[in-house]
Order: sequence, then C-alpha cells, then structure tokens
Amino acid sequence: MNAASTIITLPVLLPLLGAAVSVVFARSAMLQRVVGIVVLAAVAALAAVLLVMADTSGPVVASLGGWAAPVGIALVADRLSALLLLVSSLVTLAVLVYAIDQRIADYGRGTASTTFHPMYLMLSAGVSLAYLTGDLFTLFVAFEVMLTASYVLISRRTSATRVRAGMTYVTVSLMSSLLFLTAIALVYAATGTVNLADLAGRMDALPGELRTVLGLMLLVVFGIKAAIVPLHFWLPDSYPNAPGPVAALFAGLLTKVGFYALLRTQTLLFSRDEPWMLMLVLAVATMLVGALGALAQNDLNRLLSFLLVSHIGFMLFGLAVFDPEGVGGAALYAAHHITVLATLFLVSGLITRRTGTVALDQMGGLARTAPGLAVLFAIPAMTLAGLPPTAGFVAKLALLEAGVGVGNAAVAVAAVVMVASLLTLVALVRVWVRVFWGEPRPPLPDDDPDDEVVVGTAATAAPMYAATAGLVAVSLAIAVFAGPLTEITDRAGTDLLDRGPYRVAVLGGAP
Amino acid sequence: MTDPDDRADRAGSADADGGGVASTWDGPSQPWLLNGDCRGRQHRSLLLEITTRAVFPTVLVFSVYLLLVGHYGPGGGFSAGLVAGLAFVLRHIAGGGGDLGTGRVVRPPTVFGTGMAVAVLSALLPLAFGLGVLESAKLGVTLPVLGTIEVQTSLLLEVGVYLLIVGVVLELLRSLGTGIERDLDEAGEQPES
Repeated sequence: MNAASTIITLPVLLPLLGAAVSVVFARSAMLQRVVGIVVLAAVAALAAVLLVMADTSGPVVASLGGWAAPVGIALVADRLSALLLLVSSLVTLAVLVYAIDQRIADYGRGTASTTFHPMYLMLSAGVSLAYLTGDLFTLFVAFEVMLTASYVLISRRTSATRVRAGMTYVTVSLMSSLLFLTAIALVYAATGTVNLADLAGRMDALPGELRTVLGLMLLVVFGIKAAIVPLHFWLPDSYPNAPGPVAALFAGLLTKVGFYALLRTQTLLFSRDEPWMLMLVLAVATMLVGALGALAQNDLNRLLSFLLVSHIGFMLFGLAVFDPEGVGGAALYAAHHITVLATLFLVSGLITRRTGTVALDQMGGLARTAPGLAVLFAIPAMTLAGLPPTAGFVAKLALLEAGVGVGNAAVAVAAVVMVASLLTLVALVRVWVRVFWGEPRPPLPDDDPDDEVVVGTAATAAPMYAATAGLVAVSLAIAVFAGPLTEITDRAGTDLLDRGPYRVAVLGGAP
Repeated sequence: MTDPDDRADRAGSADADGGGVASTWDGPSQPWLLNGDCRGRQHRSLLLEITTRAVFPTVLVFSVYLLLVGHYGPGGGFSAGLVAGLAFVLRHIAGGGGDLGTGRVVRPPTVFGTGMAVAVLSALLPLAFGLGVLESAKLGVTLPVLGTIEVQTSLLLEVGVYLLIVGVVLELLRSLGTGIERDLDEAGEQPES
C-alpha cells in the first residue's frame, strides 16, 4: 500500500516540488535546469514502473490521506493512464532539453527565468494528475493546473499580436472549464459522488435522458480540450503563435489529455453496447476538416495544427467503435500521436530557426543546406502519414482492424481514415517539396526580435537536434515494440469496457 | 509624473514625525506615517495611513489565529493567507507601491516558492513514519502555562498554503500594483484625481 501510494503520487508531487525549488532559486539558471531534467526523468521512470505494475497485477490505487474511496480522493494508474503518462513524460523531458538548449544558445548559459521552468513543471504536474486521478473533481483541478500554466507559457515574452492569439486560447479554455464545473455539479447533484469508479455504478441507475445530457455535456467539455470538429477552431489560431518548444509541448500533450479524459469518462460512465453513431460522424468531420484545412495552409505551424486536429479524428474513430480493439487502438494511437506531433513541432522550430520564417513559399533547399534536418522531418512525417513500417502504420492498422468488424457505418468511416491518411501524406509532401527541395534561400531576418525565440540564425546547438532525434527514437521504439504495446493496449481496451477491474481496484470488495 | 513639491512635502512630514523622536526612550522607533512613494498628493489620506498603521499588525495576528484554528473551525491556510494578504493590500493602498518595497527583505516569489515546497514536503513527510501520502496525525504538546495543546500535523500543509497565498498577493501587488503605476509614470500620465 505504501510503496504503491508513493510511486503513484510522486509523478504529481515531484514536479510541484521542482516548480517550487525553481521559483525559490530563480536566479540560479543551472540549478533550474538540473531540477527540471532530474524531476522529469524521475517521473518517466516512475511511469515505467507504474506501467509494469498495472500490466502485471492490475490497477495501482492510492487513497490520499488514508481516506478510502469514495470518500477520499483516489489516484488510479491502470494500463491506459500509465502508458500515456510514460509517453507524455518522455515527450515533456525531450521538449525541456530542447527548450533549455535553445535558451542557452540564444541568451547564454547564465540566463535564468523566473517563469519558464516553474510553469513548465506545473504543467507537467497537471498532466500527471489528469492521467492519474480517479475523481471527476480532481480531474477538473488537474485541468486547471495544466491550463493556468499553459496560459503563462503561451503569453510570456511575446508580442501584441501573439497575446491577441493567446486570448482566444484563454477565453475558450475558461469557457470549457466553466462548462466542466457545471457538469460536475450536475453529476454530483444527480448521483451524490464524484469518484469515477463509484459513478460508474450510479450512472447506470439514472434515467436515460439524464445520462445522455450529462454525457453530452462532458463530450462538449472534453471536445473543446481535445479539439474535436466543430470545437477545434481555437487550436490553429493559438498553437502556431506559441514559441517553438511550447507549441510542441501543447501539441503533444494538451489535446491528448483532453482525449484521455473523454475516453475515460465515456467508457467508464456512459458505457454502451454498439458503435456510437454521433462519435463516428464527429470522427469523420474531424479527420476531413483537419486534413483539408492542412492542404490550404502556407504557414508551417498552422499546417501542423490542422494535421493535429485531423488525427484526433482517428482516435475518435477508435472510441466510436466502442469495442476492446477499437478503444485499445485509440489508446495506442494517442501514444503515437503524442510523440509524433511534438516531434514535428520541434522540427518546425528548427526549420524556422534556420529559415527565419514559417511561410512555406519563402523557404527552399534545406535538404542541401541541412540534410540532418531533412532526415529528422522525414521520419516523423512518414510516421504521421502512417506509412509502413512506422508507429503510425501500426496504430492505424489497429484502428482499421477494429473498425471493419462492427458494421457498415464503421467500414465507411474506415475508408475515410484511409482518405485522411492520404491527404495527410499530400500535405506533408507539399511541405517537403517547398521546404527541402528547390534552390537554397538565405534566411530571412527575425521580424520579431523582442520575443522569446530567435529565428533566422545559423547558430543551432547540437542538443536541440539531439532532443528532437530522441523523440524520433521514441516514435521508432513504438514501432519496434509494436507487438507488446498492442497487447498492452488491447488489454487496456478490454479493461476500459469491462470496467470491473477498475471499480474493484478503487472501491474494493464487490464491484 | 510625481510633483517635485509633493516629494519635498512628504520628506518634510516624515522628518517631523519620525526623524528626531527616536532619541527619547518612549518615542516610536519608526515614523508613524508610511514612507511610501505615492503617485499624487491627492492620493494620500492621513486618516487611512494612521488607521493602517494601527490595524496592520492586528490583521496579521488575526491571520495567524485563523491559520491555527483552521482545523476545527472556520479558517485555515488559504483564508488566513488571504487575510494577511489584505493587510498588505491595505498598506499598498495607503502608502503606495513604494511602501511595500522599502521594508522588504525577501522577494515575493521566494515566499510563495517556499510555501509550495513546504506544502509538498508536508504531503510527503508521513512516508517517513510509515504512513501514506498526505496522512496526518495528532500530536499532543504539553506547555508549562497553557497546558496540553493538540496539534494536527496537517498544520504544516496549512502553513505552506499560507505562505503561498501571502507570496502570491505580494507578487500581485508588485506586478499589477506597483508595476502599472510605474508604467503610467514612465508613459508620463498624470494620476487620476
């Protein structure tokens, strides 16, 4: 009990402690860097331990303060949350290394920041808590911790136009938080509990209409956070305006935490027996709007943002199928999506750093001037497009296999998945042709010299490339270990739909 | 812009009130009026400054009381921190931004950083005694005059929260209060009357 309670709370408490230390010693740049990297590496190690524990002996549960669920707050790590926590913490670590190195390259070794490191670790604590909590209200708190830190990260040291773009993000996020809080109040009024495992039983007893209303409210809440079409509009306007590593962090983690919450609540609280038609429609809309939107962009980061939205649709498809393979496939796709999108945004940061612009029609010839960068872009691009033998292919295959077994509507959506993959490939090939082929061009001057990120400089530090390459390696590892990973996510999918192990682990005794 | 006459006026009043009186044994050791840098003469209120001077320590003591009774009664680290923060807000209103700057020895981020560290460590402390995270225990302390006092170990967490909130309020006063006044001054705007 104690060992488990320690291991499961530390991924939340360590980043908080790290954030506190970073604030107190805000003048020691070196200490901040060491604390950040050590803390996030520790979280990744703990997540790996949790994944092994959850996979071998069922969900790991800790009751905070010794108050057992449903009275107290429970932290739960089952296969799904441990896997996503592991992937997320690896991405967070790599992006931090990249960000630290960018700051060293641009501002020198001695420059400390009072906000960046603490807020980065706060965000990481919020993400860990969101994955691990077994309580609807604590999920809200986790989202708030995460979002509040992200408001600071998106708007610090930046220009008026970018603050304007950040405002969209803040307003939409606050709107969804308000709705989330309302939904929690209604859920509590209807059932008298906010413990997810306890709710799983009590929701079944509610009248069908009430369940539908609560389910749809939570769908809208997490739909905004996960950028489901038509609630995605804020994302391509705000993410591209964040500094490179911050955009990579947001693209990798925030929408997936939203999707995780959607997956968790819909499977645990609103279980259903057949494919979910509404979600199938939303999946189609998300895939197509995202992919077609990406084709129309000239801004590299906006293009990637639309592709991000498009591939959220793939995960929705897995959820819509609502069978163990589908849900497991969605979990695997989420793990792959976290890594690949963060990598692509980091690569985009490196490209912009060299060319001084995000406009595709003003770049060219990078394959000749920066062949390493070309390789770093090509691998995640192929992964996102889902070409064999990459992780994207494995994850997409798992989704398609799940889809073809459950009826005509799902088969039709599976066809849309193929179309969206093709459109993704077209969009990325367009980037490849514009950016990496053609005549090399001299870098454009930094049009915004006061902001966080210096661009248009040839000075790139090797660790920035190493961090990006590390993420590419994580993505390749997902492909290499596709066998065991698919087995874990399949078992995760079975658990999610069965609900039994989760409830027994949290509540104990009779499910 | 601050009126130069205003500065001279204030310096004079501080002198008259506090400068020379420290020589007598029962004289106040500090000037009674706050020594802050107020943006405009019309922003100063003698009544408010004197009241603040009298009320400030009382409010701080009250906040500590709230912190201590919080386990069984209304109060706790959060509300106690807010009450203490309000005491500083009062000083800010009465004495201007400069008042909080003059006597300060720690930066606000250090205060709330320490608070957060204390809170997190107090969550982890029970592990050292074989308990779960965030578990608390009741400690009995026998003091000579007061008798036995029972203390919940969760008080440590409350102290962390208290420091966190006080630090955040001070930081808000620094960044949004004094910072905006300074920006206005730099922009050359006259204070509103």
